[in-house]
Amino acid sequence: MDILAQAEGSGRTLTMVLFLATVAVTIGITIWGHRYTRTATDFHSGGRGFSAWQNGFAIASDYMSAASFLGIAGTIALFGYDGFLYSIGFLVAWLVALLLVAEMLRNTGRFTMADVLSFRMRQRPVRTAAAVSTLSVSIFYLLAQMVGAGALIALLLGIKEGETFLGMDAATAKIVGIVFVGLIMTLYVALGGMKGNTWVQIFQACVLVGGAAVLTIMVLGQYGFNVSNLLEDAATASGQGAAFLEPGLRYGVEVPGDAVQTMWNKLDLLSLGIALVLGTAGLPHVLIRFYTVPDARVARKSINWGIGLIGAFYLMTLVLGFGAAAIVGYEAITAQDKAGNTAAPQLAEVVGGDVGGSTLGSVMLAVIASAAFAAILSTVSGLVIASSSSLAHDLYNSVLRRGQASERQEVGFAKLASIGIGVVAIVLAIFAQNLNVAFLVGLAFAVAASANLPTLLLSLFWKRFNTSGALWGIYGGLIASLTLVVFSPVFSGAENSLLGEGVDIAWFPMSNPGLVSIPLGLLCAVVGTLTSDESDSEKFATLQVRALTGAGSERAVNH
Amino acid sequence: MTTSPDADGPPPEVSEADIAAMHDDPRFAELKRTLFRFIVPATFGFLAWYLLYVLLSAYARDFMGTVVFGNVNVALLLGLGQFLSTFGIAWGYSRYASRNFDPKAIELHDAVHYGEDR
Repeated sequence: MDILAQAEGSGRTLTMVLFLATVAVTIGITIWGHRYTRTATDFHSGGRGFSAWQNGFAIASDYMSAASFLGIAGTIALFGYDGFLYSIGFLVAWLVALLLVAEMLRNTGRFTMADVLSFRMRQRPVRTAAAVSTLSVSIFYLLAQMVGAGALIALLLGIKEGETFLGMDAATAKIVGIVFVGLIMTLYVALGGMKGNTWVQIFQACVLVGGAAVLTIMVLGQYGFNVSNLLEDAATASGQGAAFLEPGLRYGVEVPGDAVQTMWNKLDLLSLGIALVLGTAGLPHVLIRFYTVPDARVARKSINWGIGLIGAFYLMTLVLGFGAAAIVGYEAITAQDKAGNTAAPQLAEVVGGDVGGSTLGSVMLAVIASAAFAAILSTVSGLVIASSSSLAHDLYNSVLRRGQASERQEVGFAKLASIGIGVVAIVLAIFAQNLNVAFLVGLAFAVAASANLPTLLLSLFWKRFNTSGALWGIYGGLIASLTLVVFSPVFSGAENSLLGEGVDIAWFPMSNPGLVSIPLGLLCAVVGTLTSDESDSEKFATLQVRALTGAGSERAVNH
Repeated sequence: MTTSPDADGPPPEVSEADIAAMHDDPRFAELKRTLFRFIVPATFGFLAWYLLYVLLSAYARDFMGTVVFGNVNVALLLGLGQFLSTFGIAWGYSRYASRNFDPKAIELHDAVHYGEDR
C-alpha cells in the first residue's frame, strides 16, 4: 500500500499551498521584525523584552526539531517503547537548564555562551574556543536537519523514483528542498534578527503543537480515548506482541549468543541517555534564548512554559507513534521510508480519511507536513542565529577587533555571517544528502554535553577555575566526542554507517560517545585548571553576586 | 520589592568593585544557601531517578515488562513518572524560588544599585 503516492493531484497541491501559506506568514513577520532591529541587543537578543510565555513558545520551537517530531514518532511506530525513551531524555534535560544554568546565564552574560565562559578568563582564547564549539554543534545539528528536510520534501510530495511533480524528480526535489530551507532560514536571521525570528518561532510552535494536537485527538477518538486499546492494537499490528511496549527493540538490543555485543549495546543506551540529559543545557541556540527576556525571573518562568509545551508535545508523539504502528502499520511505513520518518504524515492521511473522507485526509496530511516544516525551520533558524552571533560577537568583535568594533559593525558582520553559514550549510547538505547523517543530532548533543556544559558549570560554581581549564575543557570535550564518533560504527564498518561497510576504521564499539567523552571533558577541565596558577577570586566574587542577584545585568531596551 | 524597572527606568550604573563588595555580606552567604538548599538536592535527585530509569530500561527488562493493568506495563508508568517528576520539580522550584529566593535577591540587587537607604 502506497499511501502518499495516492495523494496525487489535489492532495499534493493542498500540501504545497498550506506549506507556502505558513512560510508566507513567517516571511511577513520577518519583514516586520526587520524594522525593529537596530542595535546589537536587538539582533542578538531581540531587545530582551520578551515575556515568559513568548520565550517559552520560542524555546519549544527551537528545541522541537524534525528529530523530535518525525524522528520520535517514527521510532515509536517502528520500534515501540524505545522512541518514548528518547523523548524522556529530551524532556528531563530541561531541569538542568532550569536549576543550574538559565538564570545565572541571563544575569552574567550579554549575547553568547562565551560571555559567561570568558567572564573571569582571558577573553580572546576562551571566546575563540567557545566560538569553535558553538559552530561545531550548530553545523552538525544544521546538517542533520537540512538533509532530513530535503528527503522530507520529496517524500511529502509523494515523488517516487521515475515520477515528476512540477517538473521535479525525486533527486531534484531533494536538492530544491535543501536550498529552499537554507534560503528561508538565512532570510529569517539576516533580515529579522532575534526579534523577528522569535515571533516566527512563536508562530511555528503554534502550528506544530496545534497540528499534533488535532491529530492526537483524532487518533485517540478512534479508540474511544482508551489508551490501553490503542497499545494493544499497536502491539498486535507490530507483530512483536508485548515486546513492542517494552524497552529493547531499538536501543540496548540483546544479541542472542553474543554477550560482548549485548554489553556494548546496553552501555550505548546508557551513553545516549546521559548525553541527552546533559546536552540540552549546553546547546548554544537554547542558551541564547535566555538573553531575550528582561530578567532571570522571567527566564525561569519561560522555561516552565517550555517544559509544559515540550512535555505535552512528547506525550502526543507517544500517541502518534503507537497510532501509526496500529493504524498505518510497519509495512506501509517502511515502504515509504526505512527510518520511519513519514509515520506521522502517513498517519494523518489515513486517520483524516477515516474520519472525513479523502479530502480531510489530504487536509490532515497538509497540516502535519506544515507542522513538520515548522519544526525544521524554527530549529535551523535558531542555530543560524546562535552561530552568527558567536561569529560576530566572539570572533569578530572580541577576538579580531579586541572589542573595538561599533554595534553597527558587529550587527553588519552578524548578518553577513548568517548568510555565510546559510551557504555553507546548503553546500554541505547537498554533498551529504545521500549519506546517513542521523547520528549528527546525537553528536551535537554529545559535544554540547562534553565540551559546553562542564565548562559552563565550572565557570559558574568553581572558584579555582581558570583560562587554561576552560580551554582544556572545551577542546578536550570537543576532540574526545569527535574522535570517538569517527572511530565508531556510525562512521564506518557497518551496513548503515556514513562511509558504508567497505571502509572499516572503527574500534570504538558504541555509537554514542557520551559515556566516555563527558567524563573526559570534565577531567580535562579539572586538569587544565590545576596545571595553571591563574586565579582571580575578586572576579569570581563579582560573577557570583551578578549571577545570584542580577546586579549589573543587561537591561531590556525600549524603542 | 523596592524597584520596578519600567516605572523607575534602569537602575544607576555600578562599578565591578561595588558588585564584588556584596560578596562578603552575610546576607549574600544566606542568599546562596537559600538557592543551594533547593537546587543541590533537586539536581542529584532527578539525575539519580533518571539514571535509575535508564538502568532499568537496559538491565531489568522483565521487571519493566510487568503488566500493571490492561496493556499498561511498568516501563510505561515509569516513563510517565519521569514526565510527572519533571513537571513537579519545575513547578516546585518556581514556587520555592519566588517565595524564598526572589525577595532576598531583589533586596541585595537594590542594595548594590541604590545603596542601603532605599
